[in-house]
Amino acid sequence: MPNLPRKKVGLISCSGEELPEGTVTRRAVRKVLETLRPDDTVTLCLPLFLAGGEGERAFARYYPTIAVDGCDKRCAALATEKYSAKPAASIVATEVAKESGCGTIGTVRRLDESGMRLADAVAGKIVEETDRLLKRKPKGMAGGPGREKR
Amino acid sequence: MSGKRRKIPVVPCSGIGKSLGAAAREAAFVLAEDLRPDKMKIVALALLVMGDEDARREVAGGEAIAIDGCKLECAAKGLACSGAAKVHKIAVFDVVRRHRGLKPEGVCDLNEDGLRLARATADEAAKIVDEVDTEGGHA
Repeated sequence: MPNLPRKKVGLISCSGEELPEGTVTRRAVRKVLETLRPDDTVTLCLPLFLAGGEGERAFARYYPTIAVDGCDKRCAALATEKYSAKPAASIVATEVAKESGCGTIGTVRRLDESGMRLADAVAGKIVEETDRLLKRKPKGMAGGPGREKR
Repeated sequence: MSGKRRKIPVVPCSGIGKSLGAAAREAAFVLAEDLRPDKMKIVALALLVMGDEDARREVAGGEAIAIDGCKLECAAKGLACSGAAKVHKIAVFDVVRRHRGLKPEGVCDLNEDGLRLARATADEAAKIVDEVDTEGGHA
């Protein structure tokens, strides 16, 4: 058997500085990367992606990606599609907030407890999509929501 | 003179992979919220580069501050491609060289040194903002 590179999922968050939901996407992606699915995911830097980073764009062309956006402008999803390939999954924090009945979430600079819970919920969605894309049975939220180092 | 005074846009790199990118983002918040709230406005790099009309209007034809975390200078490039007349570059990787004792760590939650680095970066940016402001006759 040839030694093939391990299949991983690329996570692209909008990280938007104008809305608290941008901070939510950032925290959710880092949580999945650091705690929930560290062996299955990598993050792609959206600014670098947009500025012409060939490594980032090539990865998104050949590996599945999940775009995690803060608002319905969907910069991460649109950029991925424009410069590489359509993301395999797209998550929008404002939609997750609606589903979970989330109210105010703090500021773009500092999320409050509700914002932290929303980040956990978004991280949960990312994990579901990651497992689906890698065709794995859900193995639970190792580390558990809200238990990462803060 | 009349008319509403235009705020100077600041665009951080938003990098999610390294502490220096996180420091760039935090520095923009320190600058726009704590140090020069009346003069600065943060513009999201992703919106700008994806061609959002409101974001582009904020930067078109004026001076702007780019705060980048790494040598790829995504924020400065994004501003240059979006019609900014002049881009003042602040590089966190240069700032950290001038503050050799700092060991920034973390991304979502910068450690104390990371926050100090962000503050030092914002201080440097504030000086540029004041110069731009004076040249523009606002001082």
